[in-house]
Amino acid sequence: MSQRILIADDEPNILISLEYLMKREGYEVSLARDGEEALAALAEHRPALVLLDVMMPKKSGLEVCQALRADEALKDTLVLMLTAKGRETDIAKGLGSGADAYMTKPFSTKELVRKVREMLEARA
Amino acid sequence: MLSVPLVVGASFAYLLLLVAVAAFGDARARQRRSVIGNAWVYALSMAVYCTAWTYYGSVGRAAGSGVWFLPIYLGPTLAMLLAWSVLRKMIRIAKAYRITSIADFIASRYGKSPLLAGTVTLITVVGIVPYIALQLKAVASGYALMTTPLGTPLAAPQAWWHDSTFYFALALAGFTVLFGARHLDHSEKHEGMVAAMAFESVVKLLAFVTVGVFVCWGLFDGPADLFARARAVPELNALLHLTQRPGQKFAYEQWFALSLLAMLSVIFLPRQFQMMVVENVEERHLKRAAWLFPLYLLLINLFVLPIALGGLLHFGRGGMDADSFVLSLPLSQGQGALALLVFIGGLSAATGMVIVEATAVSTMVCNDLVMPMLLRTRRFGSRAGGDLSRLLLGIRASAIVAILLLGYAYFAIAGEAYALVSIGLISFAAVAQFAPAMLAGLYWKGGTRNAAFTGLLLGFALWAYTLMLPSVAKSGWLPAGYLNDGPWGIALLKPEQLLGLTGLDNLTHALFWSLLANVGAFVAVSLWRPPTAREASQALLFVDGFQSPAAGPVFWRGRAQVRELLPLAGRLLGAARAQQLFGDYARQRGVAGIAQIPADAQLVQFVETQLAGAIGSASARVMVAAAVEEEALGLDDVMRILDEASQVRAANEKLQSLDRLKDDFMSSVTHELRTPLTSIRALSELMEDDPDMPPAQRAQFLHIITGETERLGRLVNQVLDLAKIEAGHAQWSISDVDLRALLEHALQTTAEMFRKRGAVALLDAPAAVPSLALDADRMTQVLLNLLSNAAKFLPAEGGRVDLRLRERPTGLRIEIEDNGSGIPADQQALIFERFRQGGDSTNRPQGTGLGLPISRQIVEHFGGTLSVRSVPGQGACFTVDLPWQAATTTTGDNR
Repeated sequence: MSQRILIADDEPNILISLEYLMKREGYEVSLARDGEEALAALAEHRPALVLLDVMMPKKSGLEVCQALRADEALKDTLVLMLTAKGRETDIAKGLGSGADAYMTKPFSTKELVRKVREMLEARA
Repeated sequence: MLSVPLVVGASFAYLLLLVAVAAFGDARARQRRSVIGNAWVYALSMAVYCTAWTYYGSVGRAAGSGVWFLPIYLGPTLAMLLAWSVLRKMIRIAKAYRITSIADFIASRYGKSPLLAGTVTLITVVGIVPYIALQLKAVASGYALMTTPLGTPLAAPQAWWHDSTFYFALALAGFTVLFGARHLDHSEKHEGMVAAMAFESVVKLLAFVTVGVFVCWGLFDGPADLFARARAVPELNALLHLTQRPGQKFAYEQWFALSLLAMLSVIFLPRQFQMMVVENVEERHLKRAAWLFPLYLLLINLFVLPIALGGLLHFGRGGMDADSFVLSLPLSQGQGALALLVFIGGLSAATGMVIVEATAVSTMVCNDLVMPMLLRTRRFGSRAGGDLSRLLLGIRASAIVAILLLGYAYFAIAGEAYALVSIGLISFAAVAQFAPAMLAGLYWKGGTRNAAFTGLLLGFALWAYTLMLPSVAKSGWLPAGYLNDGPWGIALLKPEQLLGLTGLDNLTHALFWSLLANVGAFVAVSLWRPPTAREASQALLFVDGFQSPAAGPVFWRGRAQVRELLPLAGRLLGAARAQQLFGDYARQRGVAGIAQIPADAQLVQFVETQLAGAIGSASARVMVAAAVEEEALGLDDVMRILDEASQVRAANEKLQSLDRLKDDFMSSVTHELRTPLTSIRALSELMEDDPDMPPAQRAQFLHIITGETERLGRLVNQVLDLAKIEAGHAQWSISDVDLRALLEHALQTTAEMFRKRGAVALLDAPAAVPSLALDADRMTQVLLNLLSNAAKFLPAEGGRVDLRLRERPTGLRIEIEDNGSGIPADQQALIFERFRQGGDSTNRPQGTGLGLPISRQIVEHFGGTLSVRSVPGQGACFTVDLPWQAATTTTGDNR
């Protein structure tokens, strides 16, 4: 059974590339363009993992992550934070908000795929 | 009655326990695991305020006049309400300048004056010696009571060499040396002593509460029974009221005077200053101590009235000295063990006071009386060599012994003459004289050394005349006639009704006159002459004491040399300690070693502050002044140094905020660069991985990559552009520009863009407008940016942009109005900030977020303004106002 991944990012071009990448790897994909859409999609599609951009309008990735961890039904979702901010404090903030892993943009697609697979396999 | 060996043995065992506690405190301090680093110990150590006088005398006072023992404790409680502002300021200043005594504090505030330091020390010694005598007396009478069968008269005083009190005083001196003058600490902190004092406070509280419980529940059936029985006796019933006789008026002024006196004493008594200010470990402990200490006072006073009434009921009035009820009541019931506990409690109250007071006063005597004299001699003078640090300890130890012996002498001569309470109050009134100079010094920059000196001297003289001398006269050593008729029969000079002032008790009377003269002289002399440079500079440091001293100004100018300052520090602090201090200082200044330390005002200030910790600020000033070549500062120099310091501070703050801005900017730029790079890299890798990708898919990806590359290029250009304009490196080619022509040109350029979006752009301008001196290319850049912004937010159909040019009295105005989505009110200011784009995520147009910030910079460069007004949903209107005379000096150009 293929697992579902939610991709949340406000950059349309990043959504296009990640959607293509994840579908190619055999996952089912949902998309969200801001924090609120992301929470709605999480509740609706119950993905196993979410690729979460930090800097999003309406609700930031950090806020989405906190809300998700506080929600009894969603709290087991795996969270891989993606951010274009690479400072130590940004990484600490991301992990502090409850993310399982963290990747800095721009990233290698191979590494991203490997990371996603690892996380999902560790859960299974 | 208890046996002499038992009482003496128990007392010594207790004192040894005290030494053990102190040794423990010191040992833990050396291991950096301080036991005194908390608010509880701090508050308990403050309770050194409660001396043997509290312990025995309060009951005596309550037995004589009911609630009149209370003001002595209400005052401190009130004082602690002010602790957070007044005491905290004192603590901060004392820490910053290593001030170790109240004499040093006053002297330092008024220009580091040796004269003031000496005066304060002398007043303290005169005021405090009777108080120490009082403690000795309390212990001596307690001891006599314990070792004599109850009811038989106490033994007559013996010659001093047979007197156990003499040896007790000597023993106490020995202990005090052990606590307070064993090693020379650079900050005068005595962790062991503080630990021991906190311990003593617990012991005396426990002992007093125990005897209180014994009286209430052992002798009577609880407080209710006790009070009921007291009420049945008219004499005792009177004690429970504010006035003792019917029809008598409550003496408000006396109540006020006593409370005020206690309020000042709790801060200005040398031992209180030592515990609250010098020994304070952390400022924030004050917060909790501000209610813990009053709570302690409440607890120790809880049983005062019950014990007093119990004693009076038990022995009958006059049956037994009320001052010793706490001992005689248990003894009368054969409760030897309880009596011994109470005696030990009294001993702890007395020893605590004597140890801390003698330590504090010996520091003052050494630093402010002996050292200034020694420094004037050739042998120890400032130019002489030799280690003085051992000598300092010797002086302090001798001073402690001398103070204790003076106390004993006073006790031996005058001990039988006074009631306990009156001596304590006389001491309080003496230290209250420090209040005007201290408090005004903290909050008013106008006070001068001469004013403080005159005030202290007058206040002290009147204290002596109206309070001290009469008490001596009442002991019978002066003819009492001068009390009743005035000296030489001049009634106006009667010490207790000075200038015909009657109706006050002698204490209120003395306090009124001495403080009036003190404050009056202080204010008058201060106003008479302005402060000198040295006074003014210290005033600035003290009154603005809540500012960080590290960033504060250094009021010193001249030439100094490290090779002279280092040995100087070595003489007073010890060579090893001096080396270590200079080494730390070198690291702090960021230089390689001691030899590389710049010999500037900061170094001189550093050395002087270190020395001040050891010998007081006045003596430190003298020694440093002799070791360096300094220029005298005038008042205007002080003001200029202050001004420079605040400018440096302001510049530093500005640099820091610029740094933060730059950091934010870099972080934003990085983010903006990484985002397109992410798409480019991901899509390129996808195409690389899959050579057989359908051509349509490949074409879409390539199209995105091209777009993102363009975006990167735009971003790099605009960041560079903005940086250039902001740094003032931009090239401006100024010529006379016809704005109408410029607008037409801009419209032509963007016509195709609007046509594609199905929109119209219309120009409304006068036939001719005066030309302005502008950079045509830059202005076009602004117009194109505003027009393309407008285009991005236009509705899909029926889009319309109006371009207007208007002539106004002050200049020309360009308006660019669209009927697009508009800008919410909360975003209208943000859009001019870098990387803050308008619009929501779903339709945010491609852009760098730098267009508007750059446009605004350009417009402001020509002295104009760029603003926006908008009703969301109805479009936005951007307005460019350009003045006739373009002032090209703004926005950081030409720097």
